[in-house]
Amino acid sequence: MNVITPTENKWIGARTVRPDGADKVTGRAAYAADTTMPGMIWGKVLRSPHAHAIIKSIDTSKAEALPGVKAVVTAKDIVDFPVDKSVMLGIQDMRWMCRNVMAREKALFHGHPIAAVAATTEATAAEACKLIEVEYEVLPHVIEIEDAIKPDAPILHDFLKHEGKPSNIAGTMVAKLGDIEQGFAEADVVIERTFRTRPVHQGYIEPQACTVSYAPDGRATIWSSSQGQFMVRAMTSLLTGVPQSNIRAIPAEIGGGFGAKTIIYLEPVALLLSKKSGRPVKMVMSRDEVMRATGPTSGSFSTVKIGAKKDGTIVAAQGTFYLQAGCLPGSPLRGPVGCSFAPYAIPHVLSVGYDVVSNRSKVAAYRAPGAPLGAYATECVLDELAEKLGIDPLELRHRNSAKTGMKAAYGATFNQVTFEETIEAIQNHEHYKSPLEKNPRPGIKRGRGVASGFWYNAGGESSAQVNLTEDGNVVVTTGHPDVGGSRASIANVTAELLGVEHDRVSVIIGDTASIGFSNLTGGSRVTFASAMVVTQSVEKVIGQLKERAAKIWKIDPEAVIYENGACRPAGPNAGQFPPLALKDLAAKANETGGPIGAGVQLNTQGADPGFATHVVDVEVDVDLGIVRVLRYTAAQDVGRALHPSYVEGQIQGGVVQGIGWALSEEYLYDRQGRLDNANFLDYRMPVCSDVPMIEAVVLEIPNPRHPQGVKGVGEAPIVPPLAAIANAVYDALGRRFYSLPMSPPKVTEVMDMKLAAE
Amino acid sequence: MTEIRYLAPRTLEDAVSAFAAAQGAASGTARILAGGTDLLVQMRAGVVQPGTIIDIKKIEEVTAITEQPDGSFVIGAAVSGATLHDHPRFGKVWPGVLEAVNLIGSKQVQGRASPGGNLCNASPAGDSVPAMIAAGAVVTVQGPNGRRTLPVEKVPAGPGRTTLTPGEILVSFTLPARPAGSGDAYLRMIPRTEMDIAVVGCGVNLTMAGGKVTAARVGLGAVAPVPLLVEDAAKALIGSTLDEAALEAAAAACRAACNPINDKRGTIAYRTKVAGVLLKRTAAIAAERAGRK
Ligand SMILES: Cc1cc2nc3c(=O)[nH]c(=O)nc-3n(C[C@H](O)[C@H](O)[C@H](O)COP(=O)(O)OP(=O)(O)OC[C@H]3O[C@@H](n4cnc5c(N)ncnc54)[C@H](O)[C@@H]3O)c2cc1C
Repeated sequence: MNVITPTENKWIGARTVRPDGADKVTGRAAYAADTTMPGMIWGKVLRSPHAHAIIKSIDTSKAEALPGVKAVVTAKDIVDFPVDKSVMLGIQDMRWMCRNVMAREKALFHGHPIAAVAATTEATAAEACKLIEVEYEVLPHVIEIEDAIKPDAPILHDFLKHEGKPSNIAGTMVAKLGDIEQGFAEADVVIERTFRTRPVHQGYIEPQACTVSYAPDGRATIWSSSQGQFMVRAMTSLLTGVPQSNIRAIPAEIGGGFGAKTIIYLEPVALLLSKKSGRPVKMVMSRDEVMRATGPTSGSFSTVKIGAKKDGTIVAAQGTFYLQAGCLPGSPLRGPVGCSFAPYAIPHVLSVGYDVVSNRSKVAAYRAPGAPLGAYATECVLDELAEKLGIDPLELRHRNSAKTGMKAAYGATFNQVTFEETIEAIQNHEHYKSPLEKNPRPGIKRGRGVASGFWYNAGGESSAQVNLTEDGNVVVTTGHPDVGGSRASIANVTAELLGVEHDRVSVIIGDTASIGFSNLTGGSRVTFASAMVVTQSVEKVIGQLKERAAKIWKIDPEAVIYENGACRPAGPNAGQFPPLALKDLAAKANETGGPIGAGVQLNTQGADPGFATHVVDVEVDVDLGIVRVLRYTAAQDVGRALHPSYVEGQIQGGVVQGIGWALSEEYLYDRQGRLDNANFLDYRMPVCSDVPMIEAVVLEIPNPRHPQGVKGVGEAPIVPPLAAIANAVYDALGRRFYSLPMSPPKVTEVMDMKLAAE
Repeated sequence: MTEIRYLAPRTLEDAVSAFAAAQGAASGTARILAGGTDLLVQMRAGVVQPGTIIDIKKIEEVTAITEQPDGSFVIGAAVSGATLHDHPRFGKVWPGVLEAVNLIGSKQVQGRASPGGNLCNASPAGDSVPAMIAAGAVVTVQGPNGRRTLPVEKVPAGPGRTTLTPGEILVSFTLPARPAGSGDAYLRMIPRTEMDIAVVGCGVNLTMAGGKVTAARVGLGAVAPVPLLVEDAAKALIGSTLDEAALEAAAAACRAACNPINDKRGTIAYRTKVAGVLLKRTAAIAAERAGRK
């Protein structure tokens, strides 16, 4: 595997038209809710009206008697995974997934599925849901972490024990280096602060949706939008008992996932409804259901303590991170525990995470799961530390950067650390160098902040098939739903390696029956992993082309080279033949040995972590407490930008989601434990006019272990914004905010307290 | 499933009699449809399920904009924000009312949304209402018992409720003639820059002569169950040069008038504070438009 250097490339690094672009802008793209079938009926979910209740009985007879109703499903129909025995599928524990898809013993949050109905119309299904009689014994509920970990808190699951007692702390995670006591003893300056963040939703535009058809011969077809059709197949199989070989999961175009669609809610329910009714069943969530009952990411309550020498050498760092899991265990502890201190060379680290259940919807993955809230705490403390030590905050980070070959507290030894390069990119950027007018107008204050971030990135299983068509074009099939432009990147790689025009390559996403197992589109892994398997597949195809040319020329295949889209004799000794282009060889495929094509399936290795450093300018309207982002520059090492537009898009998208997290997004609950803002009006994600053009500074330091030098891109950019913006707001107002979001009422409250104190 | 009857009469008389008849009938509620940007959304959410919908957009009087010889303006209740925006004169005379109407929703929503719908929807946070109150608008209403007029601030009765009686339809808004040296403005606080709902809205209408305020009206939205006319704020401004003391007194009057709720959109403390802040900012813009003469 040779690393291709940028100057040689025609297609890698080119801003080609994305294969899915025309369909998406013309409305032709088929999303999950676009599937319809003859005889199809509609499924609807009955959801718990209580935040916490024992389900004493469910009587579905009246619903079943309603004309038009074809099937009813309750937890009894779903495969049970007893709580005392863990069954894992990837990082998901099926004990919790089965209870999340349909409440079993208890309703654990307002909106928890209790039963589902399929009927000839959506309205009939909804009406039938209302006819289901459920007897509940309502229990006291608990929403916030601090309440859930109190000794007298209502306990969600009596089988969960912490320190020997029933507890809402479902688990812990520890990362350690050196001796933390000794570390702090060596420090001249120690800063310790406590931070709070609220749960935030991934906010994808497309609600979860699926259509499932269960045939009389026991085979089921699923059309759904997800971040992994193989996950859909496996999880549906586990929850319904239908073997994987009998399930074909067909991925639809996906309207955003950001991690949330790495688990499922509807597919097993729709399959069972289809099985009972004998009809294809379609289910589409409403926005209210999406917000109320699909995973946001965890809210958090964290304490970070960092000690440094006077010269700025960090000697010790300690983090304690409590994360909301929602109603069932499984918050992303790995994010804050592992990532918070990873970019730094700190000899003594103790990082501990607590997984806390409460009566909220179960969290789901969200872009760099857990890492942003950890970095929020760490990077704000670093800002204070820099101020106290009188060192430029970027300089402090630079001095303490981890180095290649070092061992991180989370266990890995770094192959390649490119953190310093991202810091330097910001230090040398015109944005960071240009002065900021801090008091532009009366009542308006401006400030600048910086922060950095780390994400693991990942490799894992991927499959690809590269086939030549009879007319000499190329079809590439991969097994990964394309959430962020992966088809465009793969088209560039294939065109480059085969030396053909980009528009002769078509890239499609196979279903579970047509391509080999491919793990989730997640963990910033897809471009890395699929470019690797596609490269190896193309290399095999080129091998076949050389053999065919050799056969035609009657020379040794070793004497053939493939260059600029054609086979040529390797040198004068090989013979004098005019080149045979890919097209010519495809036309002669049958007479020279049959169809040309090859596939590769791998557990890909060699993903290097992502590092990012950001600088942001904010402007605060002091009297109204409104914080606006004026300018944002994000530097990141991406290894190699196969398609720069989608690399920039990933960086910009991550930053925008971070801006929402920092300034306006939060889950709000009422006293009954009901989500109070389950819509896009009151759950305030930034709109276009809220954010400036975000400048992505794309650093390309090739990953030596990848054929094109690719590193993961999608997650690192959401890690720094929370802290960068908090640090900028401090620079503007002289006040630190230890809780997010920095919404207008919170900003004015803090400023009024400041005035009163002065 | 319930069926919905859709009527689109061409005269007010037909509309009123159909409305009154449908409201009286056992078949359920009837609703007037102007732009539908509230009504259709509420129907889809299952909040209202009208048996009859009466579209008033085919009625001339309800969709007309007229500048009267005396300089007053009559705006049909169902005129869309976009139509009002394109009127050659209205925005010059009432820039504050126009900006309030044009703040409603997005471009697409503007093509439909009307000031009449905004008022009759009776949200405490409706954007055009405080500006209309500040403008001193009077509405004309027609019902089974004929026509009547009332000040715009008398229409809302509480969240989602109006003082209109059964069968009554809002016909138009009349905005009085402007003396020289007049200007109005509307500002709202929303956390985002677009697609949001007012946390506080403030309309100010001033007439100035010789650097002093000779007439003033102040409307506040989203700080009480109904949009408010804040007479004490107007009093504090009248006779002043809009000096800091007068503005602070008016801001204090606005804060005192607030009777907000703590909800997901804003806290009591925040809304109260912001009412005062917006009064000062809106008054400054209105004064600028009045020419500060
Ligand atoms: C995306 C979006 C964004 C929005 N943003 C804003 C915003 O920023 N600010 C804001 O204030 N509002 C906003 N709205 C709400 C809505 O657009 C406004 O309230 C608008 O003014 C309603 O006018 P309409 O003509 O569409 O009313 P309709 O929906 O037709 O009617 C509203 C109500 O008033 C009644 N009604 C209408 N006309 C009359 C009449 N002449 N006589 C008696 N009753 C009548 C109807 O029966 C109905 O109950 C938004 C709505 C949407 C969908």
